Amino acid sequence: MVETNALAPPGIEGQGFFATALDKVVGMARKNSLWPLPFATSCCGIEFMATMGSHYDLARFGSERPSFSPRQADLLMVMGTIAKKMAPVLKQTYEQMSEPRWVIAVGACASSGGIFDTYSVLQGIDRIIPVDVYVPGCPPRPEQILEGLMKIQELAENESVRRRDSEEYRLLLESYNIG
Amino acid sequence: MPFSNEEIQSYLVETFGIETFLSISKPFGMLTVEVAPKDLIALVGSLKNHPQFQFTFMTDLCGMHLPEQVGRELGVVYMLHSWSSNTKIRIKTFAPILAPVIPTLTVHYQAANWMERETYDFYGIIFEGHPNLVRILNLDEMDYFPMRKEYPLEDQTRKDKVDEMFGR
Repeated sequence: MVETNALAPPGIEGQGFFATALDKVVGMARKNSLWPLPFATSCCGIEFMATMGSHYDLARFGSERPSFSPRQADLLMVMGTIAKKMAPVLKQTYEQMSEPRWVIAVGACASSGGIFDTYSVLQGIDRIIPVDVYVPGCPPRPEQILEGLMKIQELAENESVRRRDSEEYRLLLESYNIG
Repeated sequence: MPFSNEEIQSYLVETFGIETFLSISKPFGMLTVEVAPKDLIALVGSLKNHPQFQFTFMTDLCGMHLPEQVGRELGVVYMLHSWSSNTKIRIKTFAPILAPVIPTLTVHYQAANWMERETYDFYGIIFEGHPNLVRILNLDEMDYFPMRKEYPLEDQTRKDKVDEMFGR
């Protein structure tokens, strides 16, 4: 939830100035302005439409603007069955996103292939791109999708600004064969 | 008024001779004839261009794999429809899996184009004379025909379906 009266991060305050760690400010900003790219391929996408709508209102979390270009998105929300033929498209979408980027796999199919244990379906998107949060369900209710988004917010808030430059992160991307 | 099975059958037997038909049956009241691939084009053309029957519409075309029929494992079923009389007919043809070549019906029906591509995609049946016989649904680089029965349906790379995960 966007708290307009949220407490400032711990810092030193005085007349006309406020000093705190850069990580904290950046984390707070990122957390409350995640622009999601909905990659909706099946019924989980329908649940996401409800999540975006006025009743569940994804915009409360700072995701007012779903981004339909990967270049301006921070969060890739993969919702639905990904056929193997779709896998290169998904991977390219991920590669086109700029850092920092997060990925949430919504529903059983995106997480593990779900009931589609068949030759033509990708058995979980973590076979081709790194995933930060998995939302179980077939399909999950909007509340669950929101909880997944809040987990991403937690990650965004607490992530070090240097994480994406780290050796560990480079090796992670390398293991997925992503430049 | 639909034509009766007997009318169509007697026309076919008169025109092509009884030896052309490997079998004639009427499952669920629908005339079903089986012919060798070499006779297919002439048979379908004759039904399509017949002044009364007018089987001008191909409802469906699909592949079959019957491994127990040695020497004629792969088959194709054609469903033809006559709009003018509301009559249907089913035609089957089989080919050996080692040389699954069946002539294309795109010479008679444009509808056969994509359906034959799909049948090639899943069963590997070669439709001789097809204008563009390439995969239509599966990955272009796929190196097998997934609906053939020797290939398992399940994804073979999945690791979480071992028995111990289910307490068995």
